[in-house]
Amino acid sequence: MKKLSVVLLACVSVISAAAVSAYADPVDEKLIIDGTEIVTRAKAPEGHPFDELLSGWLFREAETRATQADSFANPGMLSVERGEEIWNTVDGSMGKSCASCHNDASETMKGVGAHFPKWDAKAKKPFNIELKINDCRTENMGAEPYKFDDEDQKALTTYIKHQSLGMPLQIDLAQGEMQSWWDKGKELYYTRTGQLDFSCASCHEKSMGKFIRADHLSQGQANGFPTYRFNTGGMVSLHNRFRGCIRDTRAEVPKAFSDELMALEVYVTWRGTGLSVETPSVRQ
Amino acid sequence: MAAKPKPRIKVPKEAKVGELVTIKTLISHEMESGQRKDKEGNLIPRKIINKFACDFNGAPVFSCDIDPAISANPYFEFSAKLTESGAFTFTWTDDDGSVYTDEQKITVS
Repeated sequence: MKKLSVVLLACVSVISAAAVSAYADPVDEKLIIDGTEIVTRAKAPEGHPFDELLSGWLFREAETRATQADSFANPGMLSVERGEEIWNTVDGSMGKSCASCHNDASETMKGVGAHFPKWDAKAKKPFNIELKINDCRTENMGAEPYKFDDEDQKALTTYIKHQSLGMPLQIDLAQGEMQSWWDKGKELYYTRTGQLDFSCASCHEKSMGKFIRADHLSQGQANGFPTYRFNTGGMVSLHNRFRGCIRDTRAEVPKAFSDELMALEVYVTWRGTGLSVETPSVRQ
Repeated sequence: MAAKPKPRIKVPKEAKVGELVTIKTLISHEMESGQRKDKEGNLIPRKIINKFACDFNGAPVFSCDIDPAISANPYFEFSAKLTESGAFTFTWTDDDGSVYTDEQKITVS
């Protein structure tokens, strides 16, 4: 009996030792949504620290991946439908809806999600979809700008980005001062902050593929945002995720759409150049 | 999520007699469990879909009582073997008494 229990103990410790230093490969699978092939692996652009870019989809559990692949089951599609409703609803003092000027989003918004953030000459800063929506609302509709993370803001952003599903991310750094915002974003990406002294790179570059507790670390790409997350059971915007990550390092959290987070969005979007827009993606 | 709960159904348009047909159903609904508290510490009242039923040409196919453990946007998938053409009717009942319905026809040959 004693000999048997010693052998059993040895077996248990071998198993637990193997589980500790976990590097797991992202899966080798294709993502096809209603016939559209989604590029989840791409050759990195010049000057990128990685050779191959990987979508966060490849790092998730089989059930999560299956949920995104099924446009009926993907709960993010409900947000797309809500976004379409908003697109066609008149709002503001000028009696216009998005559709009044932009007509059919499946035509006019095609490619938009893949090419933002874009330089806005009037504001002299990069605009993401959320900022562009608010600009349109105030300047062209006489409507109130959305507060950060308003459910309608998320739904409309999801709807607009979804029109670019499958198209490769490609932002233009030659516009205006985009390059200097990219530089600033890169600096922020690699700066350690907070009580835990982590930078974005600590997890998403240095430890990509490893586990942080039970979470399989991806490259931290932006191509699927706004994303449907199981943990909150709702849509999560990119800046919400930035703030969440930074909060998790126990650092002071920058405001959404602040210069810091806009610079970070420019840089992080660039880091995904070539990956397809997956909005609405499904994540843990 | 959305303002008013919206049902979504996925049913094949055609099927053969005796063939197993898969029916997928979803309704957008917050499914407030009644356990959460708001910022002031007050309990947010429960408001969920508490019953789902599917009939085919008037005969029951599948139904269930739903409790707060079911998360938002309840998704139900089940199958049926049909012997005639007709229509599925789907009924969701909310705690507040509202009833949401949808219908889907199918040709069986």
